[in-house]
Amino acid sequence: MRTSQYKAWGLLAPTLVILFFIGLVPFLYVIYLSLFKYNIWSVRGMVFAGVDNFRKLMFDSSFMHSLGIGLTFVVITCLIETLLGLAIAIFLTNEFVGKGVFRTILTLPLAIAPITIGSIWVLMTNPDIGPLPYILHKFGIDYNIGVNAKQAFFTVVFMDIWHWTPFVTLTLLAGLTSFPKEPFEAAKVDGANKWQTLRYITLPLLTPVILTMLFIRVMDTFRIFDEVWMLTGGGPGTATRFVSIDVVRRVLVSTDYGYGSSMSVFLLYLTIVMCWLLLNIISIARREVHEG
Amino acid sequence: MRGKKKIKITFIYLICILLAGATLFPIYWMVIVSMRSKLELFTGPKLYQTSIFVNNYYRPLFKDIYGKFLINSLIIATGNTGLVIFLAIFATYAFSRFKIWGSESLFFWTITNRMAPPAAFILPFFLIFTKIKLIDTHIGLILLYCIFNLPFAIWLLKGMIDAIPKELDEVASIDGCSMLGTLWHIILPVAKPGLAVTAMMTWIFSWNEYLFASVLTSMNARTITTGLAEFVTVIGTNWGEMAAVSVVCLLPAVIFLGYIQRYIITGLTFGAVKE
Repeated sequence: MRTSQYKAWGLLAPTLVILFFIGLVPFLYVIYLSLFKYNIWSVRGMVFAGVDNFRKLMFDSSFMHSLGIGLTFVVITCLIETLLGLAIAIFLTNEFVGKGVFRTILTLPLAIAPITIGSIWVLMTNPDIGPLPYILHKFGIDYNIGVNAKQAFFTVVFMDIWHWTPFVTLTLLAGLTSFPKEPFEAAKVDGANKWQTLRYITLPLLTPVILTMLFIRVMDTFRIFDEVWMLTGGGPGTATRFVSIDVVRRVLVSTDYGYGSSMSVFLLYLTIVMCWLLLNIISIARREVHEG
Repeated sequence: MRGKKKIKITFIYLICILLAGATLFPIYWMVIVSMRSKLELFTGPKLYQTSIFVNNYYRPLFKDIYGKFLINSLIIATGNTGLVIFLAIFATYAFSRFKIWGSESLFFWTITNRMAPPAAFILPFFLIFTKIKLIDTHIGLILLYCIFNLPFAIWLLKGMIDAIPKELDEVASIDGCSMLGTLWHIILPVAKPGLAVTAMMTWIFSWNEYLFASVLTSMNARTITTGLAEFVTVIGTNWGEMAAVSVVCLLPAVIFLGYIQRYIITGLTFGAVKE
């Protein structure tokens, strides 16, 4: 038994060494940096500041704003994607010729680089050449995401829905097709209609899959960067400046390393808490499905 | 009854065409724009295109720097995939065949590694890479991309190696095979299809990465995604060329799509949901 432990750790060692250097070391380093006032243009260099950065962060209205719109974005997109994805997944439980082709088409957005997604939507929404402003103009709507904050925000929402609803659909479909047949046959015998079967059998069985999917979607939309950076750059104004964009701007544009680090640390803290919370909820839900 | 069925089928195909159209149209539009010259672009949106303006592809890739970016992307994605697969084979075998103390916390750690916002890591990486002279090098990005690809590959492969019966290992060890021998002669041949899919997806994730590449490279190891992001400038954008480079960025995804589509959901959900 002892030797097998050595063997296992021996096999794991190279992976752990690499993940230690690229995962843990930068993590500790950013915590260290967050305790200093540090701007490369400042003549004073690094000045120890304790938790001052964090105190400032808690009263930083622009950071809180980005956190706020970030969470709004998470709620809106995840809600719409779940409902839409669920509807399409249930629709896809029908058998028909050409379903494979349709599924392949749905998979396509998932494999495209996020930056390319951004560029695709730049081409769609550009006021000079894009078809969206052209069509909307015919309906009397002036559509310009470079100027109108609300339009920019909802375009980003729409882009995310376009990009990730296929993921929700295919995940839930995988769940739907893996169910045992017995409960459904029993429901049929009992004379349950389609709606009742969905409400009382399908959805409860699907809950663990929905939660797993939501976990991944929530974490991914919370840290979204590439697409939004490409499409709006966080603007106009601060309309689409989600947390990741705020951090990148703080670090790269204002070169405020100390303060940017404290933002990063806070973001990582949120990530860990959210991961822990959601994973616990998922394991509880799984247990309930298995027992009940 | 027959009529009702016909209506249902028509309805199904109607929805399918609608959804497929909505998914494909933006991509189709990008391809169309990439085939148009500047003059054609500003004559108003037309939905079809009969001629190709080849210069949109030719100039950025062969006259400008984008050809080099493309090669950089290929080197980095391939190097990273090789490294990740090599490490993941050993790690996955350990996770799959041995009871390891603390493997629960290892799982949580790798998951949070994967879920962490890259934006939070750019500063420490930028400073560390500058210090140890890894900035703007291929090897730097190859190592760095392990941070999200290694956990991914391990959890995708784990399901596949778990599916190989343990009896095979035991038979091999009775025949005098060492542990590494078993891994090489028994596990790898059986896991080959799974390894191929994992490698393709790892490759695509490296290829697709933008934020780290944009911060940690400047010229020598700049990748194609980073080049694409720099197209939009204040002095005006050449939309046709930008669309053309986007199409080039998109190609690997389309090429691999047929192979990876059965596993993409398993991969993206860490094997929690299997197709």
